[in-house]
Formats: sequence, C-alpha cells, structure tokens
Amino acid sequence: MTDILVLVEHDAGTPKKISNQILTAAKAKGDGDVIAALFGAGAAEAADKVGEYGATKALVWEGAEADDYATEPKVAALQAAIEASGASIVLYAADPFVTDVVARCAVRVGGGVVADAVDLELEGDRMVATKAIFGGDMNSRCQVQGDRTQFVGVKANSFQAESSGGGAAEVTTLDVSLPESATRAKISDRVEAEASGRPEMTEAAIIVSGGRGLGNAEGFDLVGELADALGGAVGASRAATDAGWIPHNHQIGQTGKTVSPSLYVASGISGAIQHRAGMQTSQTIAVINKDAEAPIFSIADIGIVGDLYKVIPPLVEEINKRKG
Amino acid sequence: MRIICPVKRVPDTAAEKKVTEDLTVDRDSVEAILNANDEWSIEEALRIKESRDDVEIVALCMGPDTAQQTVRKALSYGLDAAIQITDEAVAGSDAVATARVLAAALKDEEWDLIIMGNQSSDARSMLVPAMLAEFLDVPALTYAKRLAVGDDGSVEADRETAGGHETVQATLPAVVSVVEAINEPRYPNFKGIMAAKKKPLETKDLAAIGLSADDAGHAGSATKVLEATPKPPKEAGEKIEDDGTGQVGAKALVDFLVEKKFI
Repeated sequence: MTDILVLVEHDAGTPKKISNQILTAAKAKGDGDVIAALFGAGAAEAADKVGEYGATKALVWEGAEADDYATEPKVAALQAAIEASGASIVLYAADPFVTDVVARCAVRVGGGVVADAVDLELEGDRMVATKAIFGGDMNSRCQVQGDRTQFVGVKANSFQAESSGGGAAEVTTLDVSLPESATRAKISDRVEAEASGRPEMTEAAIIVSGGRGLGNAEGFDLVGELADALGGAVGASRAATDAGWIPHNHQIGQTGKTVSPSLYVASGISGAIQHRAGMQTSQTIAVINKDAEAPIFSIADIGIVGDLYKVIPPLVEEINKRKG
Repeated sequence: MRIICPVKRVPDTAAEKKVTEDLTVDRDSVEAILNANDEWSIEEALRIKESRDDVEIVALCMGPDTAQQTVRKALSYGLDAAIQITDEAVAGSDAVATARVLAAALKDEEWDLIIMGNQSSDARSMLVPAMLAEFLDVPALTYAKRLAVGDDGSVEADRETAGGHETVQATLPAVVSVVEAINEPRYPNFKGIMAAKKKPLETKDLAAIGLSADDAGHAGSATKVLEATPKPPKEAGEKIEDDGTGQVGAKALVDFLVEKKFI
C-alpha cells in the first residue's frame, strides 16, 4: 500500500479546482490512503470538502504564520505533514508559490521534485510522471530516484475532478513547531486586481489570448468579451504585455506562464516559437488571424483567416444566443 | 555590498533540440545562449549598483567549458567578476543538484544578495531559487516584479501573483528571483563587450568547492529521466478564409465549438 499526501490549495476554506483534480488523480492512481494537507486560515473548513474527491484523511494546520509570512511556515507544516502521514509521495499543484514551498521542503527532507506532470502512473512505490519538455516538442517520463520523498507537481487540467462518492475525510490537527527562521520573510501587503469573475489563467479550462494583432489595449475588451462568453480566462502574448496593453501576469510563453487548457483561442497572435512554447500542449487550439501565413496556423485545429475585430463580435453574439 | 547573479547557458528556444543517450539535452548540437530571464536579474543588479557606490556584482555559472561564452556575455553588461563551476561530473544535474553546487560555490564567498531569473527557458521548473535559498539557509523573495534594497540591509519585493502582487519584507542576506515585469534590460555596448574579456573569471571544479562527483550530475540528482520521446508534429486543422464581414469566420468557429462541445 502506497499512501499519497496531497498538498491542497484553498481560497479561505474552498479547495481550488486544481487540488480537487489532484485528489481525484491520487485516488485513481494510488493504492493506499489519500491524505490531504491543508494550511492557513480556512484550512479546517476546506478539509471538510476534500473527502468528496477521494481524500480519506486530512491534516490541518491553521497557524496565522501561514498567511503572514512567505513560504517558510508552510515548509515546516508540510514537513510535519509528511512525518505525521508517513507518506513517501507528495502531490502538489504546479503553481509558482506552491513550487517554492515544495522546493524548500524537498531540500530540507532530502527529497526530489518532478515538476509539471501532465500524467501520473504508480509503478511499485514510484510515482512516474509524464511531462512535456522543450516547450512541448517532446514528452518525458521522470521519477524521483532512491530512498527519497517523492514530490510531484501536477499541472492544472491534467485530470478531471470527479466526486468519489466517499464520505468526509478524517481530520487531524497538525502539531507544527516553527523554527525562528520560518518568519524571516514577512508579507506586509497584498494587492489584487478587481475581481473580474473570470477563472485564474493557469487553472482555466478555456483561455482566449490576444497579441500584437489587437493593435491597442482596447482590443482586450473584445478578447474579454469572448472569454466571458466561453467562461474562460484572458491571456496575452509577450508583444501585448510589452506594449503595456495588459499586465505581465497574463503573459503566456517562454518567459511567462505555460498553460494547457482544453481550448485555447489565439487572436491576433502570430505564434512565434516563444509563444508556442507556453501553449502548444493545449488540447484544442483555435486561431483568428489576418495573416494567412502566420505560423500559429500550423498548430491550429481550426484557423480563421480574417480580421478579429470583424469575427469576434458576431462570434460572441452567437455564443451568447445559444447559451440563452 | 556584493551581489551574486547566477546565470545559465541554455539551448536557444528556436533551435531543434535532441537528447543524448543519457536522456539529457544534447547541448553540443544546438546553439546556446544566455537564459533570457537572467537578463532581468543582471539589469536589476546593475540598477542597484548604479544607485549606490559600494556594489560589486559577480556572475555565477555552472556549466561545461563552453559556458565561458555565456559568462563573458553576462560580464559584458557591466558585471565585475565571475565564478564558473566546470566539472565533467556536473552534466545532467537536476534542480536539487544544481542548487547544491551553486550553494557550495558560495560557501567561501562573501555575498549579501543573490538575484536570479525565476526560471530557465530549458527546464522551466522554477525550483532552483527556493532550493538555493534553502541550502544557504536564507529567505527567498521570489517572482519579484519590484525590488527595493535599503541602506540598512532591508530588502522588499513585490511578488507577482495571478491577479496582482504580495509585498514581502526581509533582511539580507537573501535570494531574490525576478520576473519579466521588473525592468527593461539594457543591451551590452561595445565598451562592455571589450571590457568583459578582461574581467576576472575564476574557474573551479567540484573539489575546489568542497563537493565530490556524487554530489552533482546524475549521481547527485534526486530525479531520473526514464524516457524522452519526440511528440509527433501536430497536423494543422481546417483553415477558413473569412469574407471580410466576420460572418463566415464567426459561423465556422461557432460550428467548430459546438461540435467540440465547448458551447
């Protein structure tokens, strides 16, 4: 029996979609207990919801330090969760801030980390991860070697979250003793853009992206309308973020985020290799571009050669009409 | 103040990549460049240097002999000196092994601040900055889109989040990783390129930094690649010419999205 510990991310008491996906995967791929670890304010409330996706146990730590200081309190908590659970496999959401927690914890406990898995297979006591490398040109299968704790990061939308039909997880409060060093990076402020009601880009099943072809910042209003009609997030190419039309955290590509949604709509994006490296593992790709020679068409499942300012408005109208 | 800028030699993204028999990148077969994200960390270090008069910036690079080109490139921006860790045994190092080597290289060095790109364009794991901080037992202020270093040894960074940022404060020594939004990097000028050839560059092997061959490369890595296979090239789907009104294009897309059950 191989137990799997899942580091669950939550928004003040509600587990994130990506964590439900990972819990589902842990239950499907594992042969032992699925143990959720939840930290920070709202962890106990979130723990009541992890049973639905297959967790049989939950380890909770609600220390205020988890939200007041960067990274290190959660490193100590994760180490405590690993010790309390006895699990040798830790699955986590492949997200920058979570990656920091796992990276430090892996060094602290002498573990190894495979980041950005899109598929998992338990082979004996090893969690073997499939991941895209070289910007999606190749696939590799990797694992942590030797007698080490195995940390495996899972990318959003690699698995479908499915209700297990199981009951609530058995919740235990973790005893975490923080070293003095855990509080050396204090969070003094948090600034979030006004809630758009859109999903987070790295978690979204559908992303509508805009690039140089938009011509101006107002073009993103149109991109946003299509994203809202489809229930998706808004992304951008580097040309658009460099031009200042949209903040950098929307950038998809080699120097920005890597995404693999179910549907990626590229509008006004030519598809330089640096952009493709961030999105070409998307399951379905739709393209709207005036330039019939744009390289992005070569990876499109459907390509429209046309003016996005002409195509998107009737497209939005038709989608909204069909949604009723 | 002494700032360390770790830099990495990476295969050009535009180049076709191959893997060797041991399933690592065939670094000889492709053109290699300075990791793009390292240009922002170098720029940020230079801005700190220009804002005060006591700053020395040292590039730190782990790589093969040929990494010297990358180190000289880094120096050409105006860095003061470089340390290059070159040893046959470092080839194939994963994130843990890389961070271990970089940390060991700094054990006998004086330093106050490490500034590095948040990721390398080849591995893209984002693991090394936090791992390096852990090996060195210092705080890490990662994904910084704004950095302020005070005269009193304080350091403050705005860490980029999905929808904004969080501000984090710590005291030096610290590791900082930066994202693209932090600055607009300069280009090296001719004077810088010429000067880079004469800047002090110290090359060390693993033994010189107190490590053995077992600490790096495949032996020192916590992870193993079992298999690497090229993905079959994707076949382009249907391409539809719009009629200039948007109606033809919109209809084709709606039909497609309905067929694929997105609407």
